[in-house]
Amino acid sequence: MNKLTSTNTLVALALAGGVVFGGAALADVDGVLTINGELEIVTKTTPPAHLADNLDEIVSGWVYRAAETQELQMDDFDNPGMLFVDIAQDDWGTVEGTEGKSCATCHDNVEDSMAGVRAVYPKWNDEAEEVRTLAMQINSCRTERMGAEPLKITKGKMARMEALISVQSRGMPMNVAIDGPVQAMWEQGKEMYYTRTGQLELSCANCHEDSYGLHIRSDFLSQGQTNGFPVYRLKNAKLTTAHGRFKGCVRDTRAETYKPGSAAFNALELYVASRGNGLSVEGPSVRN
Amino acid sequence: MKNTPLTLVAAVCAVGVFSGAAMANPVAPGAVAFDEDGAVAISLTGVAGDAVNGAKIMRTKSLGNCISCHEVTALAEFPFHGEIGPNLDSTGDNRNAAEIRGILTNSKNTFPGTMMPAYYKVDGFIRPGNRYTGKAPEGPLDPLLSAQQIEDVVAFLLTLK
Repeated sequence: MNKLTSTNTLVALALAGGVVFGGAALADVDGVLTINGELEIVTKTTPPAHLADNLDEIVSGWVYRAAETQELQMDDFDNPGMLFVDIAQDDWGTVEGTEGKSCATCHDNVEDSMAGVRAVYPKWNDEAEEVRTLAMQINSCRTERMGAEPLKITKGKMARMEALISVQSRGMPMNVAIDGPVQAMWEQGKEMYYTRTGQLELSCANCHEDSYGLHIRSDFLSQGQTNGFPVYRLKNAKLTTAHGRFKGCVRDTRAETYKPGSAAFNALELYVASRGNGLSVEGPSVRN
Repeated sequence: MKNTPLTLVAAVCAVGVFSGAAMANPVAPGAVAFDEDGAVAISLTGVAGDAVNGAKIMRTKSLGNCISCHEVTALAEFPFHGEIGPNLDSTGDNRNAAEIRGILTNSKNTFPGTMMPAYYKVDGFIRPGNRYTGKAPEGPLDPLLSAQQIEDVVAFLLTLK
């Protein structure tokens, strides 16, 4: 115990002395992510064709987090996001609304019915003739099939249902379609990604395409990939949705944000998801 | 007019605060004259910059927050310094006041496409917000730094040699 303590003290001293310029994060950028000792996660791979001229490699945000944050995602008993998956498992079987249905009424066992779903969302829905995010699909089920109230887009109940559905695809490669009927919306999302908003005039690309792997103050910039969403953020100790994070980023450019659940953020979600095609689904991931 | 004495006091105060010839008319953000390389030759206030205050502006998150992106050895006691922009340790050797003033006012005139924000600009933005609230602005925007704060940072950066 004493030995452990003194080691920690030494590490703390080394940190205090060594990272004045380099920022606080001591990321293990060469780390390999294996969950529960068996599920291998692709955290670096070649970019999808549409990004081939912009990036040499696509990289999960996990790579840029501090070693102790990375470790939390390696075991489901350590991953606080899994607590919310457990709660959502109960939600899955809970009857709500006027039709006397739960998710399980139509979709039975979530492990079977939702395997692979998260990897292909946002996705074109033929019947509704629209691109649907996972959140939109969840709310469509609730309002149209269950006769229940829609969930608020960025709130905990939605985030944990997304986490439950995401975890059934964990380890599968992101594979969001960008052509055919979704192409116009994908182009809209792409334009948003490169638009410099707010009084700071920053685009998504300024930080996450041009400057990833560099420190901005003590923050180690990632590529802003969404394969890990919903993410358990240590800074606010709860699950965060992609739209919640988008809103925070746009706000930090001193801009008027778009609304979570808006057509604009849906388009951005589609485009950003497609930038991660090839990375493994990680949700619920752990970030700072 | 019951208010007259107060009005008088206010008028006297205003004269008192702004009576210095230079302080009376800081150059407005929209009126700054850049040369073809993006430099701004004339002081925004006519008042010499305070280098000590400039250092404080550079390291303070709610002010310039310059070290968020730039490494500055003279400010090493204030972590953490970013690495987005260039190290500024030799700025006083490499740049004159006009060039630094221009870069701070609107660096995009000097470095087209740069990620650096314009610190003395109030319009021409896409979806500008009310500071960091994420909401629409309630009125005209203030520049990120005041004219005198720009001059203070110019003064500090000139000391980096």
